[in-house]
Amino acid sequence: MIEFKDIHKSFGDKKVLNGVSAVFQAGQCNLIIGTSGSGKTVLMKCLVGLFEPDSGEISYSGVNFSEMTQEHRKELRQQIGMLFQGSALFDSMTVEQNIMFPLNMFTKDSYEQKLKRVNEVLDRVNMKDVNKKFPAELSGGMKKRVGIARAIVLNPKYLFCDEPNSGLDPQTSMLIDKLIQEITKEFNITTIVNTHDMNSVMETGDHIIYMYQGVKEWEGSNKEIIFSKNDRLNKFIFASEFLQDAKDMRMLEMKGKIDNHRNMDELLK
Amino acid sequence: MKIFTEFGRYLLMLKGMFSKPENMKMYWKEFMHQCSEIGIGSLGIVVIISVFMGAVSALQTAYQLVSPFIPKSTIAQIVRDTVILEFAPTLVCIVLAGVVGSKIASELGNMRVSEQIDALEIMGINTKTYLILPKIAASMLTIPMLVIIAGVLGMWGGRFAGVMSGILSKQTFDKGLLQFFKPYNVFFALVKAYTFAFIISSIPAYYGYYVKGGALEIGRSSTKSVVVSCVAILFADYILAQLLLAS
Repeated sequence: MIEFKDIHKSFGDKKVLNGVSAVFQAGQCNLIIGTSGSGKTVLMKCLVGLFEPDSGEISYSGVNFSEMTQEHRKELRQQIGMLFQGSALFDSMTVEQNIMFPLNMFTKDSYEQKLKRVNEVLDRVNMKDVNKKFPAELSGGMKKRVGIARAIVLNPKYLFCDEPNSGLDPQTSMLIDKLIQEITKEFNITTIVNTHDMNSVMETGDHIIYMYQGVKEWEGSNKEIIFSKNDRLNKFIFASEFLQDAKDMRMLEMKGKIDNHRNMDELLK
Repeated sequence: MKIFTEFGRYLLMLKGMFSKPENMKMYWKEFMHQCSEIGIGSLGIVVIISVFMGAVSALQTAYQLVSPFIPKSTIAQIVRDTVILEFAPTLVCIVLAGVVGSKIASELGNMRVSEQIDALEIMGINTKTYLILPKIAASMLTIPMLVIIAGVLGMWGGRFAGVMSGILSKQTFDKGLLQFFKPYNVFFALVKAYTFAFIISSIPAYYGYYVKGGALEIGRSSTKSVVVSCVAILFADYILAQLLLAS
């Protein structure tokens, strides 16, 4: 579980986070959504310790992160996995070396044990015969999957994903979403995903916070988001007329005024 | 004021390098990798520069020594002292600032921009210790070695050019090399080599590590790191000459 209270962060005169608080539970996909510049990346970087918040409290399973010593933070970071927007794989290393890197750094396992673990996680992200390939030889979706494999190789308790779907086609995006969701449930990880992708929100958002200009505007689940009365959130979600129409149809369907499937069948006739 | 901010941040970066390694074996591996990249990787250019630098200095010294009263062996003495005192440490290090410095700055810059440094930080690795310290340590080990090689090859180049152009015989050159030789000059050259090695590795590491932006900024920071390193080398060269030679 990750809990943060009243997080403030400024860069010069610009206030980027203005008193954000939330609790992210384990075994859930916790989503941070919002328009560009709303502060979601800064919030995520504060949570993982890449930025130091100006004020506020962040605690991991009840332990205050801000008050931890450097050594304690180092230990905690070994329980954190992160998938970066651009995957952040080490260019000069093969896929196998990339995934083995945290194991080499933090375990005393034999090469055979480490290789076994690498193959296990590669198998988990549905990647085969890529051990000796370099990141430059992989597609965007494959890089993301290798990034996930590297993030989970040390069995983390916390998984952070920064825009995991950026630059991917809808089908690959769905595969990545599904994978993140499965891993979260399977290993009871506290997963935090920073995303713009509405499909991800609807598919994986067990718990969602919507950020607007550094403030948490809305909080709920993917089941509640569609009924949100927050205008800004509605504008963000239903940015296109198509999505707005789809929402209206869904609402009518739920109220029993139309039978969507029947109407579609009639249209197809 | 910006220069003081940057200098302060540079000092903090250096201070931040000294922390307990997470896994000594991995750090040693990285150190050896850097020794190979910096030392072996620069050997070719150092050999070429040194031989030609020595050869040209022998020919130009001979061209300027027109008096029949000055023995030919003086050419070897002048070649020896210029190579040891200035050409081998300073000229070679200025070239290495371009070769090694730009490589360090662009490598770290690319790692920063593509979030690889952030990925290491998230894993709990002190990136200053893991990425910068091995580069500086490898430079401090290999660059003085390259300077020694450059000195030897420079004198050999001078001997080769002097003999091949018929200016002086092998025996005369060898005799000149040994005349009035001051071992202190070698010490001075090594002090310069260590100082410049630190400059060549730490300044580009600073510019690469703190780069912000994209590909364009990586290029800019790489160029800036080479320029600043070269100026710092020349400045340090003057200070060291003043401190160690002027009496």
